[in-house]
Amino acid sequence: MAEQNGNLLEVSDLKVHFPIKEGLFRRTVGHVYAVDGVSFQLAPGETLGLVGESGCGKSTTARAVMRLIEPTAGSIKFQGSEISGLSRSEMRPLRREMQIVFQDPYASLNPRMTVREIIGEPLKIHGVDGDSDEKVAELLRLVQLSPEHGNRFPHEFSGGQRQRIGVARALALDPELLLLDEPVSALDVSIQAQVINLLMEIQDRLGLAFLFIAHDLSVVRHISHRVGVMYLGKLAELGTREEVFTAPSHPYTQALLSAVPIPEPIGREQRERIVLTGDVPNPADPPSGCVFRTRCWKAQDICTEQPPALTEQFGHMVACHFAEPLTIKTAVGS
Amino acid sequence: MADSVLEIKDLVVEFDTTDGVVHAVDGVSYEVAPGETLGVVGESGSGKSVTVMSALGLIQMPPGRIVRGEVLYNGRNLIGLPIDELRKIRNKEIGMVFQDPMTSLNPVFTVGDQIAEAILEHNASATELEARKRTIGLLERVGVPNAERRFDQYPHEYSGGMRQRAMIAMAIANDPAVIIADEPTTALDVTIQAQVLDVLKDATRETHAALILITHDLGVVAELVDKVAVMYAGKVVERGSVEEIFHAPRHPYTLGLMMSLPRLSGEIKKLLPIAGNPPSLLNRPAGCSFHPRCRLYHGREICRTDVPELPGGTTAAACHFTSEMAAELEREAAEAGIAAEGGRIG
Repeated sequence: MAEQNGNLLEVSDLKVHFPIKEGLFRRTVGHVYAVDGVSFQLAPGETLGLVGESGCGKSTTARAVMRLIEPTAGSIKFQGSEISGLSRSEMRPLRREMQIVFQDPYASLNPRMTVREIIGEPLKIHGVDGDSDEKVAELLRLVQLSPEHGNRFPHEFSGGQRQRIGVARALALDPELLLLDEPVSALDVSIQAQVINLLMEIQDRLGLAFLFIAHDLSVVRHISHRVGVMYLGKLAELGTREEVFTAPSHPYTQALLSAVPIPEPIGREQRERIVLTGDVPNPADPPSGCVFRTRCWKAQDICTEQPPALTEQFGHMVACHFAEPLTIKTAVGS
Repeated sequence: MADSVLEIKDLVVEFDTTDGVVHAVDGVSYEVAPGETLGVVGESGSGKSVTVMSALGLIQMPPGRIVRGEVLYNGRNLIGLPIDELRKIRNKEIGMVFQDPMTSLNPVFTVGDQIAEAILEHNASATELEARKRTIGLLERVGVPNAERRFDQYPHEYSGGMRQRAMIAMAIANDPAVIIADEPTTALDVTIQAQVLDVLKDATRETHAALILITHDLGVVAELVDKVAVMYAGKVVERGSVEEIFHAPRHPYTLGLMMSLPRLSGEIKKLLPIAGNPPSLLNRPAGCSFHPRCRLYHGREICRTDVPELPGGTTAAACHFTSEMAAELEREAAEAGIAAEGGRIG
């Protein structure tokens, strides 16, 4: 397969609009603009973190990329070829290359199956030849569980161990891309660190790409090479982790970063916080122009009239008419 | 030091289950003085919520059982108090804010009526009109816009952040001496969390109440409290000022938490997780509950046989080898790639 510009994944102008149906005849009365024109690339072996608050469309974006949700419009190129129009059977061989790890390690494992069956299932479905028991044992070792764990059931494991099982299952088919949807959000901090380290080691060893969805900005900074910040179905800012975290240029990114509680008591009274007023608008009725303008302190007339495009400003991609890098004190106050 | 308004003394709470006895709270002691803020941190199952719930008579008994201990509110023991007396103290003198505002508000009454009811219940002389006026004032104080109109709305018409503000308004309605907030912002998005934390901070300051903030989020603790109690497997393993806990932890578990925490500033290069999993409270390890996961253990017998005591005083850690912590801290900081000097991180 020809790979364009060496990118594993190229998403352009992705849209996912869910119809709102009402009445006896289930007539469509409107749409929820869950994802509305999102574009990004992902290189092999790279981690792109997608952050944003609930309802910003980060999970929908990732699921649409994998065709778990049907995109409304836009192009998704995986390993250089367009996959947005492919049928289910045409998608099937590609599914081996892109796997997913879910947030809830309690709900995503079948309680009636042993761990060996859970991890071996993708091999069976995709008709992979060879000794599946040996492969499962190898995968268990890879996620730092012991092969003897294969005979047990999910309820015998803690949350962190279950998440390892989920990772092992996702790795069974040697994918190129792992979609990680809030994989550590349900875990306690000491266990979360175990899973983060495990994911980073696996990426180093196997060279796979991660699309990492999370709302915890510190976790995203730690694990990602590049970061995309989403707001109301659109990308507000996209750049390397240093660009986004040390020179955030979109007002929303700035507000988001300044709002994170920092585990540093010294200087807390001096910390400047950009407090946003109001709530996120209804995605079924987004504001005209810039979707962030209703909560933005920089908003002018142009923001109402013209939606800002995601363009390169100050070295990385920002979607704002009045973009300007800002240094936010995220470390020791002094 | 000022006299404490609420003091928990050697509280032991157990639950009977079909699998055996769960030792949820095992000799927990902490206290808060008026105007003081205490953060209780710990991971799921450490007993941080059960401690306050049982202190206020909010656990089901049975299966729960308070084995021993005292909960002193202004010197008066709440344990064993008749339920109607306890109810008078709760809500009036001790305000509570829980994690999930949707389940703590009654969906069939308006938000305003629920707050006004709390006022009326504890002020026999107040009229309904006065209660309404005060409620609107409270809603304004916690930053609910259009408080007059919001008074007559139902909980489902409020967003998550607004509901949590309403809960705070209810908690401070009777000028409580103590506010207990149990994971008050865990269900909220980060920008909304910041707003609610500010409201909580201001409410505490204005009422001069003592605050007990229970959370697993170390960031929230660092932003808000003066002193911290760290809980592990039903016990307080360390207590100290917020600065000591974050910069010079004296218990290996606390240090492990700090080394597990990704930083927004990117200053930690490599996370050092705590090995293994938290113990089952049905079957805790002998000796120090933390020893199977501890970096200071080195197979030493005393950790397996003797439960380390938490000494008295404002700064204390329950560890047999606290004396080795300064060296351990520098070793781990070097491994994690963060700055450390003289037994202090950062």
